[in-house]
Amino acid sequence: MEITANWYLILSAVLFSIGVVGLLIRRNPLVMFMCVELMLNAVNLSFVTFSNALNDVGGQVAVFFVLVVAAAEVVVGLAVIVAIMRRRPTATADDLSVLAG
Amino acid sequence: MVDIIVFVVSAAIILTGAIGVIAARNPVHSALMLVMTLFGVAVQFVAQEAHFLAAVQVIVYAGAIVILFLFVIMLLGVDKAEELDVGRLTAQRPMAFLAGAGVLASVLVSLLAGDESITGAREVGRAIIGGEDEADFRQIGRLLFTDYVLAFELTAILLTIAVVGAVMLARRVRGEAVDADTYLPEQARRRRIRETPVLLRTPVVETSDDMAEANSGGGE
Repeated sequence: MEITANWYLILSAVLFSIGVVGLLIRRNPLVMFMCVELMLNAVNLSFVTFSNALNDVGGQVAVFFVLVVAAAEVVVGLAVIVAIMRRRPTATADDLSVLAG
Repeated sequence: MVDIIVFVVSAAIILTGAIGVIAARNPVHSALMLVMTLFGVAVQFVAQEAHFLAAVQVIVYAGAIVILFLFVIMLLGVDKAEELDVGRLTAQRPMAFLAGAGVLASVLVSLLAGDESITGAREVGRAIIGGEDEADFRQIGRLLFTDYVLAFELTAILLTIAVVGAVMLARRVRGEAVDADTYLPEQARRRRIRETPVLLRTPVVETSDDMAEANSGGGE
């Protein structure tokens, strides 16, 4: 038996689904952010798998850009969460349904 | 054989970590479980000969992003357990599992339905300029500074904007913050310009000269 690209892709799909479920059931904005990171990692894994299977480095370059965008997204998102939490210490996602102050 | 062992072990690590992220009640535990998943993904990167990305994964994700998460958790003091069972929408959890199962099923069907490999396209024919044995970071670097140089410059701009935005968002505004819902016109009139109240949202009041003056003085 040999590890083919499909194995990695199935694992990536499972990881992505876990991220989707977590994003939908958790109410702490920080944990929801972590679930977004899970989904990004699932996509990165499938990018690398395709890059390896198709013998094309372009997939790895795409992963590089995803990493950069994820870092920027986390920085801005956490700044937003800090700004919100400073005013309401126990904010869950339900409390933030209104964007007004 | 070694391939299979590496795959199975790293897949178990990844899935355990992922389930831990969404099941842990304490956000700190979620963050540590996220580190576990990220390490597992890095192992799979190595198994697929993406050595540069494996190193970047460990350094940037586990080293920077998760630390940032932990930093914010500790800074805000939100590291207390969350009641997972209480939900405002009772149907939310089953619907969430249904949505996850739907995503998984749609991807698995498209993966496993055909006998052929995913795209059937072998050898797209890019990139391997220096031959098969050239290191992956050389190839990535060459692509980044030739074909993808515009995107590379745009990421530089993106990072700059993100830093500026984070500083602006996390900055403490001068003056006492007021809640616009409870901010009465009388308070505004009493405060005048000297205290410069920071309006988070302009309250709906009758426009008088005093209010206009106070607002223009406190505009931020």
